Amino acid sequence: MTAVSAATADVPLLEAKDISASYGHVHALKPTSLHVAEGELVTILGPNGAGKTTLMRALTRLTPSRGNVFFRGRDVSRLSTNRLARCGIVMVQEGRGLFSQMTVRENLVVGGYLHPGDIDTHLQAVFELFPRLKERLDQLAGTLSGGEQQMLAIGRALMAKPQLLMLDEPSLGLAPRVASEILGTLRELNRRGIGILLVEQKAPLALKLAQRVYVISLGRIVVELKTDEIESHHDLARYYLH
Amino acid sequence: MTSHAITSTEPTSVGWRSALPIAAVAVVAAYGLMSSDYVVTVLGFAFIYAIFCTGLNFFMGYTGQASFGQSAFAAIGGYGSAILCTDYGWEPLLALIATMAISGVVAAVVGYPTLRLRGHYLAMATFALGLIAYEITIEWTSLTQGYMGYAGIPPLGLGGFELATLKQQFIAIVVMALIGVGVASRLRQSRFGRALASIAGSELAARALGVDIARYKLVAFVIAALYASAAGSLFAHFVGFISPEIYGTSMVIQSFAMLYLGGIGTTWGPMLGAVIVSVLPEALRGLKEMQDIAYTAILIFILIFAPRGLAGLTVLFRRARRPALGKA
Repeated sequence: MTAVSAATADVPLLEAKDISASYGHVHALKPTSLHVAEGELVTILGPNGAGKTTLMRALTRLTPSRGNVFFRGRDVSRLSTNRLARCGIVMVQEGRGLFSQMTVRENLVVGGYLHPGDIDTHLQAVFELFPRLKERLDQLAGTLSGGEQQMLAIGRALMAKPQLLMLDEPSLGLAPRVASEILGTLRELNRRGIGILLVEQKAPLALKLAQRVYVISLGRIVVELKTDEIESHHDLARYYLH
Repeated sequence: MTSHAITSTEPTSVGWRSALPIAAVAVVAAYGLMSSDYVVTVLGFAFIYAIFCTGLNFFMGYTGQASFGQSAFAAIGGYGSAILCTDYGWEPLLALIATMAISGVVAAVVGYPTLRLRGHYLAMATFALGLIAYEITIEWTSLTQGYMGYAGIPPLGLGGFELATLKQQFIAIVVMALIGVGVASRLRQSRFGRALASIAGSELAARALGVDIARYKLVAFVIAALYASAAGSLFAHFVGFISPEIYGTSMVIQSFAMLYLGGIGTTWGPMLGAVIVSVLPEALRGLKEMQDIAYTAILIFILIFAPRGLAGLTVLFRRARRPALGKA
Protein backbone atom coordinates (compact mmCIF):
# COMPACT_ATOMS: atom_id res chain seq x y z
CA MET A 1 0.00 0.00 0.00
CA THR A 2 1.17 3.44 -0.78
CA ALA A 3 0.96 6.18 1.75
CA VAL A 4 0.00 9.49 0.26
CA SER A 5 1.03 12.71 1.84
CA ALA A 6 -1.77 15.19 1.45
CA ALA A 7 -0.93 18.34 3.27
CA THR A 8 -3.56 20.73 2.09
CA ALA A 9 -2.56 23.83 3.93
CA ASP A 10 0.58 25.40 5.30
CA VAL A 11 -0.55 25.17 8.91
CA PRO A 12 -2.97 22.32 9.52
CA LEU A 13 -6.00 22.85 11.70
CA LEU A 14 -4.97 19.84 13.76
CA GLU A 15 -1.70 18.01 13.66
CA ALA A 16 -0.75 15.07 15.87
CA LYS A 17 2.82 13.84 15.97
CA ASP A 18 3.72 10.44 17.40
CA ILE A 19 0.71 10.36 19.66
CA SER A 20 0.35 7.15 21.64
CA ALA A 21 -1.73 5.81 24.51
CA SER A 22 -1.73 2.77 26.74
CA TYR A 23 -4.16 1.05 29.06
CA GLY A 24 -1.83 -0.39 31.67
CA HIS A 25 0.59 -2.61 29.76
CA VAL A 26 -1.54 -2.68 26.64
CA HIS A 27 -0.35 -0.26 23.96
CA ALA A 28 -3.75 0.54 22.47
CA LEU A 29 -2.32 3.28 20.29
CA LYS A 30 1.25 3.11 19.00
CA PRO A 31 3.06 6.31 17.99
CA THR A 32 0.84 7.74 15.30
CA SER A 33 0.74 10.96 13.32
CA LEU A 34 -2.11 12.57 11.46
CA HIS A 35 -3.40 15.96 10.45
CA VAL A 36 -6.62 17.71 9.48
CA ALA A 37 -6.40 20.75 7.25
CA GLU A 38 -8.61 23.83 7.59
CA GLY A 39 -12.12 23.04 6.39
CA GLU A 40 -11.28 19.42 5.73
CA LEU A 41 -13.39 16.36 6.53
CA VAL A 42 -11.21 13.41 7.39
CA THR A 43 -12.41 9.96 8.32
CA ILE A 44 -10.68 7.22 10.24
CA LEU A 45 -11.55 3.67 9.32
CA GLY A 46 -10.55 0.41 10.87
CA PRO A 47 -11.87 -2.81 12.33
CA ASN A 48 -13.22 -3.11 15.85
CA GLY A 49 -10.48 -2.84 18.44
CA ALA A 50 -8.06 -1.17 16.03
CA GLY A 51 -7.65 1.87 18.26
CA LYS A 52 -9.95 4.41 16.60
CA THR A 53 -11.73 5.49 19.76
CA THR A 54 -8.46 5.50 21.70
CA LEU A 55 -6.98 7.78 19.04
CA MET A 56 -9.90 10.21 19.37
CA ARG A 57 -9.73 10.13 23.15
CA ALA A 58 -5.96 10.60 23.09
CA LEU A 59 -6.27 13.61 20.80
CA THR A 60 -8.78 15.24 23.16
CA ARG A 61 -6.94 14.14 26.33
CA LEU A 62 -9.88 12.10 27.56
CA THR A 63 -7.26 9.35 27.74
CA PRO A 64 -3.73 10.17 28.95
CA SER A 65 -1.43 10.21 25.94
CA ARG A 66 2.12 10.88 24.84
CA GLY A 67 3.27 12.76 21.77
CA ASN A 68 2.42 16.23 20.50
CA VAL A 69 -0.79 17.78 19.28
CA PHE A 70 -0.85 21.11 17.50
CA PHE A 71 -3.92 23.18 16.81
CA ARG A 72 -3.35 25.82 14.15
CA GLY A 73 0.34 25.51 14.90
CA ARG A 74 -0.04 26.00 18.64
CA ASP A 75 1.17 23.17 20.84
CA VAL A 76 -1.88 22.03 22.79
CA SER A 77 -0.40 18.71 23.92
CA ARG A 78 -0.57 19.54 27.61
CA LEU A 79 -4.00 21.15 27.60
CA SER A 80 -6.85 19.38 29.35
CA THR A 81 -10.03 18.38 27.52
CA ASN A 82 -11.96 21.43 28.71
CA ARG A 83 -9.13 23.75 27.63
CA LEU A 84 -9.11 22.10 24.21
CA ALA A 85 -12.85 22.83 23.97
CA ARG A 86 -12.04 26.47 24.66
CA CYS A 87 -9.61 26.35 21.75
CA GLY A 88 -12.37 25.04 19.47
CA ILE A 89 -11.77 21.26 19.56
CA VAL A 90 -15.06 19.62 20.51
CA MET A 91 -15.74 15.91 20.53
CA VAL A 92 -18.99 13.98 20.27
CA GLN A 93 -18.26 10.73 22.03
CA GLU A 94 -19.27 7.25 21.07
CA GLY A 95 -22.59 6.62 22.81
CA ARG A 96 -23.35 10.37 22.57
CA GLY A 97 -22.78 11.17 26.25
CA LEU A 98 -26.03 13.06 26.57
CA PHE A 99 -27.32 14.30 29.91
CA SER A 100 -30.27 11.95 29.85
CA GLN A 101 -32.07 13.50 32.84
CA MET A 102 -31.99 16.95 31.25
CA THR A 103 -34.33 18.19 28.56
CA VAL A 104 -33.22 18.86 25.01
CA ARG A 105 -33.14 22.57 25.79
CA GLU A 106 -30.99 22.08 28.88
CA ASN A 107 -28.56 19.87 27.00
CA LEU A 108 -28.16 22.53 24.34
CA VAL A 109 -27.77 25.33 26.87
CA VAL A 110 -25.04 23.38 28.68
CA GLY A 111 -23.43 22.91 25.26
CA GLY A 112 -23.20 26.69 25.07
CA TYR A 113 -21.44 26.85 28.43
CA LEU A 114 -18.37 28.49 26.88
CA HIS A 115 -20.41 31.13 25.06
CA PRO A 116 -23.17 32.18 27.43
CA GLY A 117 -23.82 35.45 25.60
CA ASP A 118 -24.65 33.76 22.30
CA ILE A 119 -26.97 31.02 23.46
CA ASP A 120 -30.08 32.16 21.59
CA THR A 121 -28.24 32.75 18.33
CA HIS A 122 -26.63 29.34 18.46
CA LEU A 123 -29.89 27.67 19.43
CA GLN A 124 -31.50 29.06 16.29
CA ALA A 125 -28.59 27.81 14.20
CA VAL A 126 -28.94 24.34 15.69
CA PHE A 127 -32.70 24.34 15.07
CA GLU A 128 -32.10 25.22 11.42
CA LEU A 129 -29.94 22.13 11.09
CA PHE A 130 -32.13 19.90 13.23
CA PRO A 131 -35.73 21.21 13.22
CA ARG A 132 -36.84 18.10 15.08
CA LEU A 133 -34.94 19.22 18.17
CA LYS A 134 -37.08 22.33 18.34
CA GLU A 135 -40.19 20.13 18.52
CA ARG A 136 -38.64 18.14 21.37
CA LEU A 137 -37.31 21.04 23.42
CA ASP A 138 -38.92 20.09 26.73
CA GLN A 139 -38.50 16.37 26.32
CA LEU A 140 -35.91 14.54 28.40
CA ALA A 141 -32.89 13.62 26.30
CA GLY A 142 -33.03 10.04 27.52
CA THR A 143 -36.48 9.60 26.01
CA LEU A 144 -35.49 10.64 22.47
CA SER A 145 -35.09 8.14 19.67
CA GLY A 146 -31.55 7.14 18.68
CA GLY A 147 -31.49 9.47 15.69
CA GLU A 148 -32.77 12.40 17.70
CA GLN A 149 -30.21 11.69 20.41
CA GLN A 150 -27.44 11.83 17.84
CA MET A 151 -28.86 15.09 16.47
CA LEU A 152 -28.86 16.45 19.99
CA ALA A 153 -25.29 15.30 20.62
CA ILE A 154 -24.12 17.07 17.46
CA GLY A 155 -26.30 20.10 18.16
CA ARG A 156 -24.92 20.36 21.66
CA ALA A 157 -21.38 20.19 20.34
CA LEU A 158 -22.20 22.95 17.84
CA MET A 159 -23.34 25.16 20.72
CA ALA A 160 -19.68 25.14 21.80
CA LYS A 161 -18.72 26.80 18.46
CA PRO A 162 -16.24 24.14 17.34
CA GLN A 163 -13.59 24.83 14.78
CA LEU A 164 -12.77 21.15 14.73
CA LEU A 165 -15.60 18.73 15.39
CA MET A 166 -14.54 15.20 16.27
CA LEU A 167 -17.18 12.49 16.09
CA ASP A 168 -16.81 8.92 17.23
CA GLU A 169 -19.19 6.57 15.42
CA PRO A 170 -22.11 8.99 15.03
CA SER A 171 -24.16 6.45 13.05
CA LEU A 172 -23.77 3.68 15.61
CA GLY A 173 -27.08 1.91 16.18
CA LEU A 174 -29.01 4.08 13.72
CA ALA A 175 -31.20 2.97 10.84
CA PRO A 176 -29.50 3.48 7.45
CA ARG A 177 -31.81 6.34 6.50
CA VAL A 178 -31.20 8.19 9.76
CA ALA A 179 -27.45 7.52 9.59
CA SER A 180 -27.39 8.91 6.09
CA GLU A 181 -29.29 12.01 7.28
CA ILE A 182 -26.85 12.56 10.15
CA LEU A 183 -23.80 12.15 7.95
CA GLY A 184 -25.39 14.49 5.38
CA THR A 185 -25.57 17.13 8.10
CA LEU A 186 -21.87 16.67 8.72
CA ARG A 187 -21.23 17.40 5.08
CA GLU A 188 -23.24 20.62 5.45
CA LEU A 189 -21.27 21.61 8.55
CA ASN A 190 -18.06 20.95 6.68
CA ARG A 191 -19.26 23.15 3.82
CA ARG A 192 -19.69 25.92 6.39
CA GLY A 193 -16.02 25.65 7.22
CA ILE A 194 -15.93 23.42 10.29
CA GLY A 195 -13.11 20.90 10.18
CA ILE A 196 -14.32 17.38 10.91
CA LEU A 197 -12.51 14.30 12.08
CA LEU A 198 -14.83 11.34 11.87
CA VAL A 199 -14.54 7.80 13.11
CA GLU A 200 -17.16 5.74 11.32
CA GLN A 201 -17.99 2.09 10.87
CA LYS A 202 -20.27 2.72 7.89
CA ALA A 203 -17.32 3.13 5.58
CA PRO A 204 -19.17 3.63 2.26
CA LEU A 205 -21.13 6.52 3.75
CA ALA A 206 -18.09 8.05 5.40
CA LEU A 207 -16.01 7.78 2.27
CA LYS A 208 -18.66 9.68 0.31
CA LEU A 209 -18.21 12.61 2.68
CA ALA A 210 -14.53 12.65 3.45
CA GLN A 211 -11.75 14.23 1.50
CA ARG A 212 -9.11 12.01 3.08
CA VAL A 213 -9.06 8.78 4.97
CA TYR A 214 -6.76 7.19 7.50
CA VAL A 215 -6.93 3.45 7.99
CA ILE A 216 -5.93 2.26 11.42
CA SER A 217 -5.05 -1.29 12.36
CA LEU A 218 -3.62 -2.76 15.55
CA GLY A 219 -3.19 0.68 17.09
CA ARG A 220 -1.28 2.18 14.20
CA ILE A 221 -2.24 4.20 11.11
CA VAL A 222 -1.30 2.00 8.19
CA VAL A 223 -2.70 3.95 5.27
CA GLU A 224 -3.39 7.58 4.49
CA LEU A 225 -4.94 8.50 1.19
CA LYS A 226 -7.42 10.74 -0.56
CA THR A 227 -10.83 9.15 -0.82
CA ASP A 228 -10.89 9.30 -4.59
CA GLU A 229 -7.77 7.14 -4.59
CA ILE A 230 -9.33 4.30 -2.65
CA GLU A 231 -10.70 2.58 -5.77
CA SER A 232 -7.16 2.06 -6.96
CA HIS A 233 -6.40 0.13 -3.77
CA HIS A 234 -8.31 -3.00 -4.58
CA ASP A 235 -7.99 -4.68 -1.21
CA LEU A 236 -9.17 -1.52 0.61
CA ALA A 237 -11.96 -0.91 -1.88
CA ARG A 238 -13.14 -4.49 -1.54
CA TYR A 239 -13.06 -4.28 2.25
CA TYR A 240 -14.61 -0.85 2.76
CA LEU A 241 -16.68 -0.06 -0.32
CA HIS A 242 -18.32 -3.28 -1.39
CA MET B 1 -20.98 7.67 41.32
CA THR B 2 -24.29 7.50 39.60
CA SER B 3 -26.10 10.73 39.90
CA HIS B 4 -29.56 10.81 41.31
CA ALA B 5 -29.90 14.48 40.59
CA ILE B 6 -33.15 15.48 39.01
CA THR B 7 -31.58 18.06 36.84
CA SER B 8 -34.50 19.11 34.74
CA THR B 9 -37.36 18.77 37.00
CA GLU B 10 -38.20 21.98 38.67
CA PRO B 11 -39.79 25.11 37.39
CA THR B 12 -37.37 27.90 36.79
CA SER B 13 -40.03 30.57 36.77
CA VAL B 14 -40.86 32.55 39.86
CA GLY B 15 -44.56 31.89 40.06
CA TRP B 16 -47.06 30.44 42.50
CA ARG B 17 -45.14 27.18 42.47
CA SER B 18 -42.12 28.98 43.93
CA ALA B 19 -44.26 30.76 46.50
CA LEU B 20 -45.92 27.56 47.69
CA PRO B 21 -42.91 26.12 49.58
CA ILE B 22 -42.22 29.51 51.17
CA ALA B 23 -45.84 29.66 52.33
CA ALA B 24 -45.50 26.11 53.72
CA VAL B 25 -42.37 27.13 55.64
CA ALA B 26 -44.24 30.17 56.99
CA VAL B 27 -47.08 27.93 58.19
CA VAL B 28 -44.65 25.51 59.90
CA ALA B 29 -42.77 28.41 61.48
CA ALA B 30 -46.03 30.03 62.67
CA TYR B 31 -47.11 26.72 64.17
CA GLY B 32 -43.79 26.53 65.98
CA LEU B 33 -44.13 30.04 67.35
CA MET B 34 -47.56 29.23 68.75
CA SER B 35 -46.34 26.02 70.36
CA SER B 36 -44.26 25.04 73.35
CA ASP B 37 -40.49 25.46 73.62
CA TYR B 38 -40.19 21.73 73.04
CA VAL B 39 -41.83 22.00 69.62
CA VAL B 40 -39.75 25.07 68.82
CA THR B 41 -36.60 23.12 69.66
CA VAL B 42 -37.57 20.20 67.42
CA LEU B 43 -38.44 22.51 64.55
CA GLY B 44 -35.29 24.52 65.18
CA PHE B 45 -33.21 21.36 64.77
CA ALA B 46 -35.17 20.57 61.61
CA PHE B 47 -34.33 23.91 60.00
CA ILE B 48 -30.69 23.68 61.10
CA TYR B 49 -30.57 20.30 59.37
CA ALA B 50 -32.31 21.89 56.40
CA ILE B 51 -29.34 24.25 56.05
CA PHE B 52 -26.91 21.36 56.37
CA CYS B 53 -28.77 19.25 53.79
CA THR B 54 -29.18 22.14 51.35
CA GLY B 55 -25.39 22.41 51.31
CA LEU B 56 -24.94 18.67 50.99
CA ASN B 57 -27.42 18.75 48.12
CA PHE B 58 -25.05 21.06 46.26
CA PHE B 59 -22.37 18.43 46.24
CA MET B 60 -24.43 15.25 46.09
CA GLY B 61 -27.59 16.34 44.31
CA TYR B 62 -26.50 19.02 41.87
CA THR B 63 -22.97 17.73 41.22
CA GLY B 64 -23.60 14.01 41.63
CA GLN B 65 -20.68 13.36 43.97
CA ALA B 66 -20.58 11.45 47.25
CA SER B 67 -19.61 12.93 50.58
CA PHE B 68 -19.86 11.16 53.90
CA GLY B 69 -17.73 13.73 55.67
CA GLN B 70 -19.73 16.95 55.80
CA SER B 71 -20.12 16.49 59.56
CA ALA B 72 -16.46 17.53 59.81
CA PHE B 73 -17.37 21.03 58.65
CA ALA B 74 -20.36 21.16 60.98
CA ALA B 75 -17.93 20.31 63.78
CA ILE B 76 -15.61 23.13 62.70
CA GLY B 77 -18.58 25.48 62.77
CA GLY B 78 -19.86 24.26 66.11
CA TYR B 79 -16.58 24.06 67.96
CA GLY B 80 -15.27 27.19 66.29
CA SER B 81 -18.28 29.16 67.48
CA ALA B 82 -18.04 27.60 70.95
CA ILE B 83 -14.36 28.36 71.37
CA LEU B 84 -14.43 31.84 69.86
CA CYS B 85 -17.47 32.95 71.85
CA THR B 86 -16.82 31.36 75.24
CA ASP B 87 -13.02 31.55 75.39
CA TYR B 88 -12.37 34.70 73.39
CA GLY B 89 -15.61 36.64 73.80
CA TRP B 90 -16.40 36.95 70.10
CA GLU B 91 -19.79 38.07 68.93
CA PRO B 92 -21.77 34.93 67.95
CA LEU B 93 -22.61 36.18 64.45
CA LEU B 94 -18.98 37.07 63.77
CA ALA B 95 -17.93 33.67 65.09
CA LEU B 96 -20.40 32.01 62.75
CA ILE B 97 -19.01 33.90 59.77
CA ALA B 98 -15.39 33.32 60.79
CA THR B 99 -15.91 29.58 61.21
CA MET B 100 -17.61 29.44 57.83
CA ALA B 101 -14.50 31.03 56.35
CA ILE B 102 -12.27 28.53 58.16
CA SER B 103 -14.44 25.63 56.93
CA GLY B 104 -14.25 26.97 53.41
CA VAL B 105 -10.45 27.07 53.52
CA VAL B 106 -10.26 23.58 55.07
CA ALA B 107 -12.66 22.25 52.42
CA ALA B 108 -10.53 23.76 49.65
CA VAL B 109 -7.30 22.32 51.08
CA VAL B 110 -8.78 18.89 51.75
CA GLY B 111 -10.93 18.81 48.64
CA TYR B 112 -8.15 19.64 46.19
CA PRO B 113 -6.45 16.23 46.48
CA THR B 114 -9.51 14.27 47.61
CA LEU B 115 -11.79 15.24 44.75
CA ARG B 116 -9.47 13.55 42.28
CA LEU B 117 -11.08 10.37 43.55
CA ARG B 118 -14.39 9.13 42.23
CA GLY B 119 -17.30 7.00 43.29
CA HIS B 120 -16.69 4.71 46.24
CA TYR B 121 -13.14 5.96 46.70
CA LEU B 122 -14.36 9.52 47.12
CA ALA B 123 -17.06 8.31 49.50
CA MET B 124 -14.46 6.50 51.64
CA ALA B 125 -12.07 9.47 51.63
CA THR B 126 -14.79 11.86 52.76
CA PHE B 127 -15.97 9.34 55.35
CA ALA B 128 -12.42 9.31 56.70
CA LEU B 129 -12.54 13.09 56.89
CA GLY B 130 -15.63 12.90 59.08
CA LEU B 131 -14.04 10.25 61.29
CA ILE B 132 -10.85 12.29 61.69
CA ALA B 133 -12.85 15.33 62.74
CA TYR B 134 -14.81 13.20 65.18
CA GLU B 135 -11.63 11.79 66.71
CA ILE B 136 -10.19 15.28 67.04
CA THR B 137 -13.27 16.47 68.93
CA ILE B 138 -12.78 13.55 71.35
CA GLU B 139 -9.01 13.41 71.72
CA TRP B 140 -7.92 17.04 71.56
CA THR B 141 -9.39 17.75 74.96
CA SER B 142 -7.41 20.94 75.58
CA LEU B 143 -9.25 22.47 72.63
CA THR B 144 -12.60 20.70 72.56
CA GLN B 145 -12.98 19.44 76.14
CA GLY B 146 -13.52 15.94 74.72
CA TYR B 147 -16.58 14.01 75.88
CA MET B 148 -17.30 16.71 78.47
CA GLY B 149 -18.38 18.96 75.66
CA TYR B 150 -18.60 22.71 75.49
CA ALA B 151 -21.23 24.46 77.59
CA GLY B 152 -22.28 28.07 78.00
CA ILE B 153 -22.26 28.98 74.34
CA PRO B 154 -24.17 32.23 73.96
CA PRO B 155 -27.22 32.52 71.69
CA LEU B 156 -27.00 34.29 68.35
CA GLY B 157 -26.55 38.03 68.49
CA LEU B 158 -24.43 40.95 67.40
CA GLY B 159 -23.28 44.16 69.04
CA GLY B 160 -25.06 43.75 72.33
CA PHE B 161 -28.30 42.66 70.67
CA GLU B 162 -28.97 39.08 71.68
CA LEU B 163 -31.71 36.74 70.53
CA ALA B 164 -32.55 35.92 74.10
CA THR B 165 -35.57 33.66 73.66
CA LEU B 166 -35.80 30.33 71.93
CA LYS B 167 -38.49 31.64 69.59
CA GLN B 168 -36.37 34.61 68.49
CA GLN B 169 -33.56 32.23 67.67
CA PHE B 170 -35.97 29.96 65.87
CA ILE B 171 -37.09 32.82 63.63
CA ALA B 172 -33.46 33.64 62.85
CA ILE B 173 -32.77 30.00 61.95
CA VAL B 174 -35.82 29.80 59.67
CA VAL B 175 -34.81 33.02 57.92
CA MET B 176 -31.27 31.73 57.44
CA ALA B 177 -32.60 28.43 56.09
CA LEU B 178 -34.76 30.31 53.59
CA ILE B 179 -31.82 32.47 52.56
CA GLY B 180 -29.76 29.29 52.16
CA VAL B 181 -32.37 27.69 49.92
CA GLY B 182 -32.80 30.93 47.98
CA VAL B 183 -29.07 31.19 47.30
CA ALA B 184 -28.94 27.52 46.30
CA SER B 185 -31.88 28.00 43.95
CA ARG B 186 -30.31 31.03 42.26
CA LEU B 187 -26.97 29.29 41.88
CA ARG B 188 -28.64 26.20 40.50
CA GLN B 189 -30.31 28.16 37.73
CA SER B 190 -27.10 29.99 36.85
CA ARG B 191 -24.35 28.99 34.45
CA PHE B 192 -22.53 27.62 37.47
CA GLY B 193 -25.52 25.42 38.34
CA ARG B 194 -25.76 24.14 34.78
CA ALA B 195 -22.07 23.25 34.88
CA LEU B 196 -22.66 21.28 38.09
CA ALA B 197 -25.63 19.51 36.51
CA SER B 198 -23.52 18.58 33.50
CA ILE B 199 -20.93 17.01 35.82
CA ALA B 200 -23.70 15.02 37.47
CA GLY B 201 -24.95 13.95 34.04
CA SER B 202 -21.65 12.88 32.48
CA GLU B 203 -18.22 14.03 33.53
CA LEU B 204 -16.68 13.13 30.19
CA ALA B 205 -19.32 15.04 28.24
CA ALA B 206 -18.98 18.02 30.56
CA ARG B 207 -15.21 18.11 30.02
CA ALA B 208 -15.67 17.83 26.26
CA LEU B 209 -17.95 20.88 26.37
CA GLY B 210 -15.37 22.97 28.19
CA VAL B 211 -16.47 22.56 31.80
CA ASP B 212 -13.55 22.54 34.22
CA ILE B 213 -14.92 19.72 36.34
CA ALA B 214 -12.10 19.68 38.92
CA ARG B 215 -12.68 23.34 39.71
CA TYR B 216 -16.46 23.06 39.85
CA LYS B 217 -16.37 19.99 42.06
CA LEU B 218 -14.08 21.82 44.44
CA VAL B 219 -16.32 24.89 44.49
CA ALA B 220 -19.40 22.72 45.13
CA PHE B 221 -17.53 20.97 47.96
CA VAL B 222 -16.55 24.30 49.49
CA ILE B 223 -20.13 25.61 49.24
CA ALA B 224 -21.42 22.45 50.93
CA ALA B 225 -18.83 22.98 53.66
CA LEU B 226 -19.97 26.58 54.18
CA TYR B 227 -23.56 25.44 54.68
CA ALA B 228 -22.47 22.61 56.99
CA SER B 229 -20.36 24.99 59.04
CA ALA B 230 -23.23 27.46 59.38
CA ALA B 231 -25.53 24.63 60.48
CA GLY B 232 -22.99 23.38 63.03
CA SER B 233 -22.49 26.87 64.36
CA LEU B 234 -26.23 27.57 64.58
CA PHE B 235 -26.72 24.33 66.49
CA ALA B 236 -24.12 25.40 69.05
CA HIS B 237 -25.74 28.79 69.57
CA PHE B 238 -29.27 27.38 69.59
CA VAL B 239 -28.60 24.66 72.18
CA GLY B 240 -25.78 26.35 74.08
CA PHE B 241 -23.92 23.08 74.42
CA ILE B 242 -22.05 20.77 72.05
CA SER B 243 -20.27 17.44 72.39
CA PRO B 244 -18.52 15.13 69.90
CA GLU B 245 -21.44 12.76 69.23
CA ILE B 246 -23.53 15.62 67.83
CA TYR B 247 -21.17 15.81 64.84
CA GLY B 248 -20.63 12.04 64.54
CA THR B 249 -21.63 9.47 61.97
CA SER B 250 -25.28 9.67 62.99
CA MET B 251 -25.37 13.21 61.63
CA VAL B 252 -24.28 11.91 58.23
CA ILE B 253 -26.83 9.10 58.23
CA GLN B 254 -29.57 11.44 59.38
CA SER B 255 -28.78 13.96 56.67
CA PHE B 256 -28.76 11.25 53.98
CA ALA B 257 -32.21 10.12 55.09
CA MET B 258 -33.41 13.72 54.88
CA LEU B 259 -31.84 14.30 51.50
CA TYR B 260 -33.22 11.17 49.84
CA LEU B 261 -36.60 11.38 51.51
CA GLY B 262 -37.10 15.02 50.58
CA GLY B 263 -35.69 14.70 47.08
CA ILE B 264 -32.00 14.85 46.25
CA GLY B 265 -31.18 17.29 43.50
CA THR B 266 -34.31 19.36 44.07
CA THR B 267 -34.38 22.84 45.56
CA TRP B 268 -36.85 22.32 48.39
CA GLY B 269 -36.37 18.59 48.92
CA PRO B 270 -33.61 18.90 51.55
CA MET B 271 -35.71 21.22 53.70
CA LEU B 272 -38.81 19.07 53.29
CA GLY B 273 -36.84 15.96 54.21
CA ALA B 274 -35.23 17.67 57.19
CA VAL B 275 -38.59 18.72 58.61
CA ILE B 276 -40.22 15.32 58.10
CA VAL B 277 -37.32 13.25 59.44
CA SER B 278 -37.00 15.55 62.47
CA VAL B 279 -40.67 15.86 63.28
CA LEU B 280 -41.86 12.33 62.50
CA PRO B 281 -40.27 10.56 65.53
CA GLU B 282 -41.80 13.19 67.80
CA ALA B 283 -45.21 12.78 66.17
CA LEU B 284 -44.97 9.01 66.73
CA ARG B 285 -43.83 9.27 70.32
CA GLY B 286 -47.26 8.13 71.53
CA LEU B 287 -46.64 4.71 70.00
CA LYS B 288 -43.97 4.11 72.70
CA GLU B 289 -42.05 0.87 71.96
CA MET B 290 -43.52 0.74 68.44
CA GLN B 291 -42.21 4.24 67.68
CA ASP B 292 -38.99 3.20 65.92
CA ILE B 293 -40.74 0.50 63.90
CA ALA B 294 -43.46 2.89 62.77
CA TYR B 295 -40.91 5.59 61.95
CA THR B 296 -38.80 3.24 59.85
CA ALA B 297 -41.86 1.77 58.13
CA ILE B 298 -43.05 5.23 57.11
CA LEU B 299 -39.63 6.16 55.74
CA ILE B 300 -39.45 2.93 53.73
CA PHE B 301 -43.01 3.44 52.50
CA ILE B 302 -42.21 6.95 51.28
CA LEU B 303 -39.04 5.84 49.54
CA ILE B 304 -40.82 2.97 47.79
CA PHE B 305 -43.61 5.17 46.44
CA ALA B 306 -41.50 8.28 45.94
CA PRO B 307 -38.06 6.93 45.00
CA ARG B 308 -36.93 10.41 43.97
CA GLY B 309 -38.12 11.88 47.21
CA LEU B 310 -41.24 13.80 48.07
CA ALA B 311 -40.19 16.88 46.11
CA GLY B 312 -39.68 14.57 43.13
CA LEU B 313 -43.40 13.80 43.15
CA THR B 314 -44.12 17.27 41.79
CA VAL B 315 -41.95 16.36 38.82
CA LEU B 316 -43.88 13.18 38.14
CA PHE B 317 -47.10 15.13 38.45
CA ARG B 318 -45.93 17.73 35.96
CA ARG B 319 -44.72 15.10 33.52
CA ALA B 320 -48.03 13.29 33.75
CA ARG B 321 -49.78 16.51 32.78
CA ARG B 322 -47.40 17.19 29.90
CA PRO B 323 -48.76 15.97 26.54
CA ALA B 324 -46.99 12.86 25.32
CA LEU B 325 -44.45 13.42 22.58
CA GLY B 326 -43.99 10.83 19.89
CA LYS B 327 -40.70 9.45 18.84
CA ALA B 328 -39.13 9.75 15.45
